[in-house]
Amino acid sequence: MAFEGISSKLQSVFKKLTGKGRLSEKEVREAMREIKLALLEADVNFLVVKDFVKRVEARAVGTDVLESLTPGQMIIKIVNEELTSLMGSTNAKLEFGSKKPAVILMAGLQGAGKTTMCGKLAALVKKQYGKTVLLCACDIYRPAAIDQLKVVGGKAEVPVFERGTQKPEQTVVEAIEYARSHFIDVVIVDTAGRLHIDGDMMEELKRVRDACEPAEILLVIDAMTGQDAVNAAKAFDETVPLTGVIITKLDGDTRGGAALSVRSVTGKPIKFAGTGEKMTDIEPFHPDRMASRILGMGDVLTLIEKAEKAFDEKKAKELERKMRTDAFTLEDFLDQMEQMKDMGSMEEIMGMIPGMSGKMGNLQVDEKAMGRTKAIIQAMTPKERENPDILNASRRRRIARGSGTQIQDVNRLINQFDQSRKLMKQLTGGKLGKKMKRRGGFPFKF
Amino acid sequence: MEKKSWFTKLKEGLGKTNSWFAGLFGGERINDEFYEELEEAMILADMGMDTAEKLLDALRETVKREKLTARDEAKDALIRLIADTVRHDTPFLADQGPCTVLIVGVNGVGKTTTIGKIANLYKQNGRKPMIAAADTFRAAAAEQLGEWANRADCPMVRHQEGADPAAVVFDAIASYRAKGCDLLLVDTAGRLHNKKNLMNELNKIRRVIARELPDTPCEVLLVLDATTGQNATAQAKAFMEVCELTGVVLTKLDGTAKGGVTVQIHDTLNVPVRFIGVGEGIDDLQRFDADEFAKALL
Repeated sequence: MAFEGISSKLQSVFKKLTGKGRLSEKEVREAMREIKLALLEADVNFLVVKDFVKRVEARAVGTDVLESLTPGQMIIKIVNEELTSLMGSTNAKLEFGSKKPAVILMAGLQGAGKTTMCGKLAALVKKQYGKTVLLCACDIYRPAAIDQLKVVGGKAEVPVFERGTQKPEQTVVEAIEYARSHFIDVVIVDTAGRLHIDGDMMEELKRVRDACEPAEILLVIDAMTGQDAVNAAKAFDETVPLTGVIITKLDGDTRGGAALSVRSVTGKPIKFAGTGEKMTDIEPFHPDRMASRILGMGDVLTLIEKAEKAFDEKKAKELERKMRTDAFTLEDFLDQMEQMKDMGSMEEIMGMIPGMSGKMGNLQVDEKAMGRTKAIIQAMTPKERENPDILNASRRRRIARGSGTQIQDVNRLINQFDQSRKLMKQLTGGKLGKKMKRRGGFPFKF
Repeated sequence: MEKKSWFTKLKEGLGKTNSWFAGLFGGERINDEFYEELEEAMILADMGMDTAEKLLDALRETVKREKLTARDEAKDALIRLIADTVRHDTPFLADQGPCTVLIVGVNGVGKTTTIGKIANLYKQNGRKPMIAAADTFRAAAAEQLGEWANRADCPMVRHQEGADPAAVVFDAIASYRAKGCDLLLVDTAGRLHNKKNLMNELNKIRRVIARELPDTPCEVLLVLDATTGQNATAQAKAFMEVCELTGVVLTKLDGTAKGGVTVQIHDTLNVPVRFIGVGEGIDDLQRFDADEFAKALL
């Protein structure tokens, strides 16, 4: 269940692949196996996974790998795009319809978190939409469910309407009447948790729906739900056509594949996410974030995006040529540093790479030292940058003064640069990747 | 108390989605396609890919060793394999005399309902249960449990909402002694297993029990919702760390979910399933039976 599994696994799939070019059928298929495993581990429904993998495979085969990405990253990019589009767009708006009062009907399995969510939603409607809210207690089965809603209503500071164990379809009508006569804008109806295969209870839900004609029918579903999520969602949607979904307990460490399953079988937008036990722990649902959470990729995607933007393809090619021909200069080095800076601070970048954030520990990248290096190079003349060999003692003294550093700092930089240049010359003889890696991926120590 | 219907009830629940399972085991040949379908079925039952593959490997070996040719035979073999994985023969300590049963789990899995059912079960068997309402966090949790205590006709100790749960347990133990009870059932608030502070609180409750009732054995049962997916394994591991789980209660098995993830949990943590919940009635709690479970699963 390693959280950073997928990117490292994909890396190993593509290890043999040093060149870029196109994604071949065989590579894609191998990668898809890992994707499939990751999705299943995240509890995405098996049939949804099968379908999804087929589609991604069709799209990925033959795709050109973007200049700045590795094949593994390229696959992740494609998978992510498809996942995000499957999750739908952000849609956290509530519809209130034209009828007064507007009714929001909450439904779901037992223990999904409907009652708590009613309170959170009431608080949100009050605060964000500036409307008055009435909570209506229709769970007449679970012991103390009405008491719970009363407490929750108290916390959200909204009135709670209840009629004990009277039939819910009757209670709901009276609640609407009450709301109308008290000029309350929105009635949120809490219903009993029910199994989707319980015919009688599903009929009851239908009767409640018919009695209150809701503007929104929201299915509340636990983020930790497994393969069965699709069955439940489908059954609820068929009984009382849903207008949206709320996913709860997202503050756990589940990858939440149920969200994808539910979205894909019902086609209904996921509007909100419950992220804690406080009344304010309700958030608009972010489909893109969910996509990367399901795959457990940390924010490797953000990294990909940033890399795409920051690395100018031409520059990259030029750099490669220079490295090969030993024409790498301090000027190029400065360029490279600027590009890195565009991507964000080193720590930020490290943090985005799955598996790195934890392991970095005390090993902090010294941003100050990086700034000093930059200052030193900037204090050089263009000629000096092109050809560091001309840097004699007096030039070095001048540079140290100009950059506000010590002459030792200047010496150290030049030594490192020389070594790196030598190293590069050796490496371009063949084993570039290997040795670069050993040195931490970049020829300079910052 | 064995109301004979448990298998029927379970089978009824599981049976509703079982129609295409049934189609799986025709009289046809055992081939790759057959294994693939089996794997799919196991994954759909939330058993997880790793567990499914492991079981399939074992099945392949069995098929070879016993020279099985019919799909029905292979199905029986797989059922046996699954049953063996979840079988256990350690006794449930509450059956043997005075005992504390601590109920833990994430939010909304059915802890409170399970306590009510367990209290009722043992009360019917002539025991004297005492209930500690140590969920002082969730709104109206104690009221809900109080209703169950009434139905089961058992005494219950509760404090105000927001009180220290360990203090509730402490008082309940005093009352348990004074009243001469022989089964202490402790309800706790639902907590997500990745919330450090809440998990530590649980650890404290466990310590209070160990200190106050050092000679009474303690069963720590994790309540798992059968609809839960692969995250259940992470839950079990986390609860194991703070309060030494000794068993699992699998709830909501009357739905279409099969709770296959418990196979994985039993396999990795060696924690047996003790009870299953198959409905909202006070009698809807059954002893876990490995063979029946496996049979109902496939």
